[in-house]
Amino acid sequence: MTVLETKNLGIDFGGLHAVSELNLKIEQGMLYGLIGPNGAGKTTVFNILTGVYKPTFGTFYLNGENLTGLSPIEINKKGIARTFQNIRLFGNMTVEQNVMVALHNEFNCNLFESIFRLPRHFKVEKQMHKKATELLEVFGLSKEKDVLACNLPYGKQRKLEIARALATNPKLLLLDEPAAGMNPNETAELMDNIRFIRDNFNMTILLIEHDMKLVSGICDELTVLNFGTLLASGKTTEVLNNPEVITAYLGE
Amino acid sequence: MEKLIPTLIDGLNLGSVYALVALGYTMVYGIAKMLNFAHGDVIMVGAYTLFVCITTLHLPLWLTFIIAILVCSVLGFIVEKLAYKPLRGSSPLAVLITAIGVSYLLQNLALLFANTKYGMDKQFFSSFLNLGSLKIGNVTISGVDFLIWITTAVIMVGMMLFIKKTKTGRAMLAVSEDKGAAQLMGVNVNKTISITFIIGSALAAIASILFAAKYQFVESTMGSLFGIKAFAAAVFGGIGSIPGAVIGGVIIGIIEAFSTAFLPGSVNAASDGFAFVILIIMLVLKPTGLLGKQTTEKV
Repeated sequence: MTVLETKNLGIDFGGLHAVSELNLKIEQGMLYGLIGPNGAGKTTVFNILTGVYKPTFGTFYLNGENLTGLSPIEINKKGIARTFQNIRLFGNMTVEQNVMVALHNEFNCNLFESIFRLPRHFKVEKQMHKKATELLEVFGLSKEKDVLACNLPYGKQRKLEIARALATNPKLLLLDEPAAGMNPNETAELMDNIRFIRDNFNMTILLIEHDMKLVSGICDELTVLNFGTLLASGKTTEVLNNPEVITAYLGE
Repeated sequence: MEKLIPTLIDGLNLGSVYALVALGYTMVYGIAKMLNFAHGDVIMVGAYTLFVCITTLHLPLWLTFIIAILVCSVLGFIVEKLAYKPLRGSSPLAVLITAIGVSYLLQNLALLFANTKYGMDKQFFSSFLNLGSLKIGNVTISGVDFLIWITTAVIMVGMMLFIKKTKTGRAMLAVSEDKGAAQLMGVNVNKTISITFIIGSALAAIASILFAAKYQFVESTMGSLFGIKAFAAAVFGGIGSIPGAVIGGVIIGIIEAFSTAFLPGSVNAASDGFAFVILIIMLVLKPTGLLGKQTTEKV
């Protein structure tokens, strides 16, 4: 089953074609890598897929449903969640609260019930705590659940971002440079985490990454972008051995 | 010396009402990152609503209170939707000027209404809330005093719990930190900001009830000076902080009561300005206010 499909997706900023004619097809349960030199338009693709930018051309589909032009909240509700290249946690909230914010739409309890602390308020809060605890356990963050997010070490902040994105209960998870700034040990742990999420949450993951060890280690398929256009696409090993890709990365 | 305790009580009363209004300022600033200068005028609208309901319509008191809270909440909601929401994302200065405009608009509408209906905008309540009083030695504390203090304390604690322990509260915190990221995590930013305005305005309505019960008058300009002082209180306590707003409010109230009571007659007239002198000293010593968070931009 195809989870994400983009058809001739493109966006212009003024006269600049930041992304053009991008066609992606990502199957259920796949770990898909989006790579390319700096400024190739990778994060722009994420911004289009999450509704931050409206594409100038083309359409994209999640499980066959056209999501082009929807707002970020609507897209999130349909099932696309993301992390950020530059970490954007809610720094002055605790680790657990960060995850609970993202559980917002899964549990229902209106303002009236919250203010007057009716039974449902407590029931919902309890369910949210439970779900948050489960997610934090996956990433080994349970011990730090009451720590302010801004006080977490860098590697754990990256993991918390993934936990928070997962809390919105997505069908497709977008990871923007999840290993950026991590040391080799942290990266290895992260790779295990990502595989674990794919297998246990039955998740489809699209990730942007510069760490080639991570990319070649876990991605099933790759798409390489250069100057906003598709340079190569296919099985990871094939793409990484493609002479054009090597040239784009290393020069002539 | 015998003036000390009664002055303190006056200060606490005034300060508690400032605190309630400061809570509204601090919430809206903390979450929507804007200064709603029309917030003080919401109290004025609340007070006129009370006046009309009590004096003209002779409604039962409980119904009057509910109507005042509803009117203010709806007003807060509408003002945000019509005047501030279209400006979200534009410069803070544009929003600030709009807020000042809304403030004057409300004042003038109230003036127009009161002049046509009653012939004069300053009106006096007959004392509508009598809760007896407590005499300790030669100090009398009225039931209304107690009501003011208890209400403020309960609301402060309630607000802190609400922000920390509820779904909506957490959404507010998330919006206050990063609107974009909150939105991408499925938080409805517009709805969250609307709720913030509704709660802030409901608090202003409660402040107007306590104000009317204690000081028993209403005037079209009452909200603006009162609002500025409450704003000063919020800044004093550290804007964005809930306990800060209450502590700031109480301190500003007490300073004002003491300067009115103890300064010699000629200086006394300037007692309004006194609180602001203290505010300036405070901001020089601790720019983030008493309980404000130190924010250092990462370079």
